[in-house]
Amino acid sequence: MGESERIGRPIVIKALHKSFGDQTVLNGIDLAVERGETLAILGRSGTGKSVLLKLIIGLQEPDSGSIRVHGQEITGLALNELNEVRKKVGFLFQYAALYDSLTVEENVAFPLKRHAALSAGEQKERVRELLSSVGMEQHWEKMPSKISGGMQKRVGLARALALEPDILLFDEPTAGLDPITAREIGELILGLQEQRKRACIMVTHDMLNAKTVSDRLALMGGGDILAEGTFKDLQESHNEFVAQFLSNAF
Amino acid sequence: MVTFFEWFGDLGIFCGRLARSAFVPPCEARELVRQLDEIGTKSLPLVALAGAATGAVLTLELRDSLTVFGAKSLLPAVIIFSIVKESGPIITGLVVSGRVAAGIGAELGSMKVTEQIDAIEVSAVNPYKFLAATRVLACVLMLPLLTLAADFCGILVGWVTDTLVQPISLRLFLENGLKNVNFNDFLPPTFKTAVFGLIIGLVGCFQGMRTQGGTEGVGRSATNSVVLCSLFIILADVLLVRLIQVFFP
Repeated sequence: MGESERIGRPIVIKALHKSFGDQTVLNGIDLAVERGETLAILGRSGTGKSVLLKLIIGLQEPDSGSIRVHGQEITGLALNELNEVRKKVGFLFQYAALYDSLTVEENVAFPLKRHAALSAGEQKERVRELLSSVGMEQHWEKMPSKISGGMQKRVGLARALALEPDILLFDEPTAGLDPITAREIGELILGLQEQRKRACIMVTHDMLNAKTVSDRLALMGGGDILAEGTFKDLQESHNEFVAQFLSNAF
Repeated sequence: MVTFFEWFGDLGIFCGRLARSAFVPPCEARELVRQLDEIGTKSLPLVALAGAATGAVLTLELRDSLTVFGAKSLLPAVIIFSIVKESGPIITGLVVSGRVAAGIGAELGSMKVTEQIDAIEVSAVNPYKFLAATRVLACVLMLPLLTLAADFCGILVGWVTDTLVQPISLRLFLENGLKNVNFNDFLPPTFKTAVFGLIIGLVGCFQGMRTQGGTEGVGRSATNSVVLCSLFIILADVLLVRLIQVFFP
């Protein structure tokens, strides 16, 4: 066990490989995220960014390599053990993935009902708190189809926060949103980080949002991390792909 | 051929996961009740109408045929036997497979492509239990009850159709019809529809949860669910009728 793991990095990934048929998506990725740090993962479409998030939460199995969440190896875990890990991780999906048949309130209450030892009243209060923290307290009765994409993202975020996770994973949190709503979502994520120091990984194409919200950026390409560091580090990189990516991003 | 065996292999794995998750607490009672309503109550008008139409058509067709053979007095018995033993159960199975299997396939398919099933997993909830087990159980429980409704409507409309041509009291119609009916004629054919429910639930959920390829994939899942359910119900019916003949002579 390395020094970083002993001091408790919430996410440590080593030599992670994942292929779909002949196509290698991740080719030996090494990555770690500190507590209170937001890491933005950038890259062209189809470079395995979302796959990486799904591997971290155990939705897919890697071909080889190690993923440690709070020091626990999650590859090959039994479902009930994996579910214990999942309770400590919040996940915001690209299109929020709210349950169509449930109201906004019921969506946020979904994980609480199953995993939190709260009375009905406490649960309702907690849901209202969560919705209020994302500015959606007025819309608790609505069905997901009746609210905008930005609002769905906010509700998705409230649901991801329901079990007070120490780790947050965001899959394209600003995808499909107008620039103003995208900035609001970015500010919301920043605000959440200020309230409680969590380890966050954000997969995004939105360079402006990544620059504002994240402490560190990683640029993926060809199944590997091509460059990693602060925005300034990336700007100073001599890697041709990194320079091209940054120049096209703005 | 490989795809054929692969499909059955995947279905076997799906059934294994479903069976493992179904008996583990917590009980998803609220979702089960929602599905009982969705699958049972909302299928009732369609099943009742199909049963009624079957009763009417059987009466119209059999009246002439039995008259030719001089056995018109047997009409109530033939209608009731035919509806209770075969027409009611198979019509219910096929009608519900059309409505429910397509619905399950499309709903779960849509949830799959919009990552809602992933979101359930991420919330540390087993989707096999929450989505599939509740739907399969609701199908198994509701099919026999819907069959009773189809039988009832079929017999009632059979009597109405008969009495419009040649007036006969309902009491006499039922007395003539039920004279030789015993529990072995009624219970096994009714309860065999629980197997049809199992087929509808399993195939619908399986097709839905393996959906790939966006809205096109959702449409494909819905269509495949109906086609496969109808096919398996007809094949299962042949087997079940023979088994009923052997075990409930």
